Amino acid sequence: MIVARREIWTARTLLVLLMAITVLPFVSLFTTALHQSGTYPLGLDWPSEPHWGNFADAFRAAHMGELLKSSLLIVAGVVPASLLIATMAGFAIGHLRMTGSRLLFLVFVIGLTLPFEGVVTPLYYQVRELGLLNTRWAIILPLIGLFMPFSVFWMRAHFVNMPDELSEAARVDGANTWQLFWRIHVPLATPAISSLAILLFLWTWNQFLLAIVLVDDPTKRTMAGALGAFQGQWGTDIPLLCAGSLLILTPTLVVFLIFQRRFVSALLQGSLKG
Amino acid sequence: MARALLDDVIDVYEARSEPRTEALPPTTARSPARPAGLRTSFWVGWLFVAPALLFYGLFVLRPLLYTFWYSLYRWDGIGPSTWVGLQNYSKVFTDPDLLKTIVHAFELIAFFSAIPVLLGLALASTIRQIATSRLALAARTVVFLPQVIPLVAAGIAWSWMLSSTGVVNQVLSHIGLDGITRAWLGDFSTALPAVGVIGAWVLLGLCTLLLLAGISKIDPALYEAARLDGAGPFREFVHITMPSLRQEIGVCVTVTVIAALASFDIVYISSQGGPGNATMVPGLEIYYQAFSERQVGVASALAVVLMVLVLACVLPIQWLTRDRDR
Repeated sequence: MIVARREIWTARTLLVLLMAITVLPFVSLFTTALHQSGTYPLGLDWPSEPHWGNFADAFRAAHMGELLKSSLLIVAGVVPASLLIATMAGFAIGHLRMTGSRLLFLVFVIGLTLPFEGVVTPLYYQVRELGLLNTRWAIILPLIGLFMPFSVFWMRAHFVNMPDELSEAARVDGANTWQLFWRIHVPLATPAISSLAILLFLWTWNQFLLAIVLVDDPTKRTMAGALGAFQGQWGTDIPLLCAGSLLILTPTLVVFLIFQRRFVSALLQGSLKG
Repeated sequence: MARALLDDVIDVYEARSEPRTEALPPTTARSPARPAGLRTSFWVGWLFVAPALLFYGLFVLRPLLYTFWYSLYRWDGIGPSTWVGLQNYSKVFTDPDLLKTIVHAFELIAFFSAIPVLLGLALASTIRQIATSRLALAARTVVFLPQVIPLVAAGIAWSWMLSSTGVVNQVLSHIGLDGITRAWLGDFSTALPAVGVIGAWVLLGLCTLLLLAGISKIDPALYEAARLDGAGPFREFVHITMPSLRQEIGVCVTVTVIAALASFDIVYISSQGGPGNATMVPGLEIYYQAFSERQVGVASALAVVLMVLVLACVLPIQWLTRDRDR
């Protein structure tokens, strides 16, 4: 293809500019985090003597160890359970297609655009009645339900593409429906399931609204909810707040950088399918 | 996300004919006497759906019904409740403070949707030519960062960027615009646009990459032909890029409009709805009404209005941009 040199250079410049704008807030957080705690520095200013100790202080102030544990427990409660029941439902709706499955699918699809704010008030009273307020279950159980529309939608999209002949052959060999599902279809669905796992991990880890409404104790919340509380407590000490925010960001960043290929494609597909 | 709602729910693949048997367990000896098929009993299918349906029903459908139900009562969350009919709804549409939250949500669409989609289109069609370069691959990772971090963190970082000594003001003074520097989130006239900028930053990367993925599916021969016919970059954009991207644009607009209307995290962190009520949005108002003002009825009515608004915006977008060729 004939492409003018000038256009390529415009493209490169724009791309670099876009990257710079994306990274700028992180850089500002970082330089600010290195200033003397309690001061009010400029947004982008390398300190004469960087206070690396701020990160250690923030680690203690934010109870990072407990936060990590809490977020991991919540993720462990939400993600595997959601994956299993959504895969089962997607299999039934997309592949078994029993009577009523289309109606069922529509019922799930209704939930796709639902803003969490729409149900958070009754959820609060419901969770309170169950006696689960201020426990991690208060975040785990509702999140599984709230993730169902997207998860079922996603898994159905996979199972709809699986040829019927596959199941017919297994049936002939005497497999019952559970064996058909577990031995044949789940292994074949691994790519779809692992992309969904990435998305659910991210959405759980970053869940804020449910965390602040349903759990008072920041150390029983998700990472995002805890960050909100950290801001409330240390909002006036800018360098410490910046250091704490960076620390709380780190786990997601590390996971993202390790699995970046999968992340990007999962997120792109996630919004395309959605 | 409601794409499927309008898409035919019909499975296009049901009619798939060619048998793909390579992955099958050996079936050599026996030949099927009758097509065992997927003749699963009705109940087995429902058993497979039951757990998902249970969680969905218990934690989405049930609260959803209760939101409607609460919206017809006056209730402080503790004592007895009084039936008030549609009074809470009339309050939502007449109380200037409540009505303003809805206006703000629509103003945010300009920032959350219009900027990322338009800028994303411009960026993607410029970057198209170097989409496979090493620089572009690195950019893919970097530009995705805002999607990965919690919105709360974006809110904190940008509150600092937009503060009186923040980077934004530093840059402005540097280029001689000292006159307009201010604490952007603390000023009545600039607070809402400032919140909008945060949303635009979060969503720009996602939109650009989605659109770029769409553009790279367009046959390069089309562009070559246009070049030979003497078309410039602008005409290329209008006649080739735009029409082929209808579906991707629809996705971007849908995702960003929902993000704007249902915004909560960013506003909660960066401005708490202030100064005054300058950045109060429905999501945050629902939270305050329900949990600080103890006006559960009003909060629920506003929640219903918000959900209806989201559907009223998303369904037409889906209808306009759905792929009619299918």
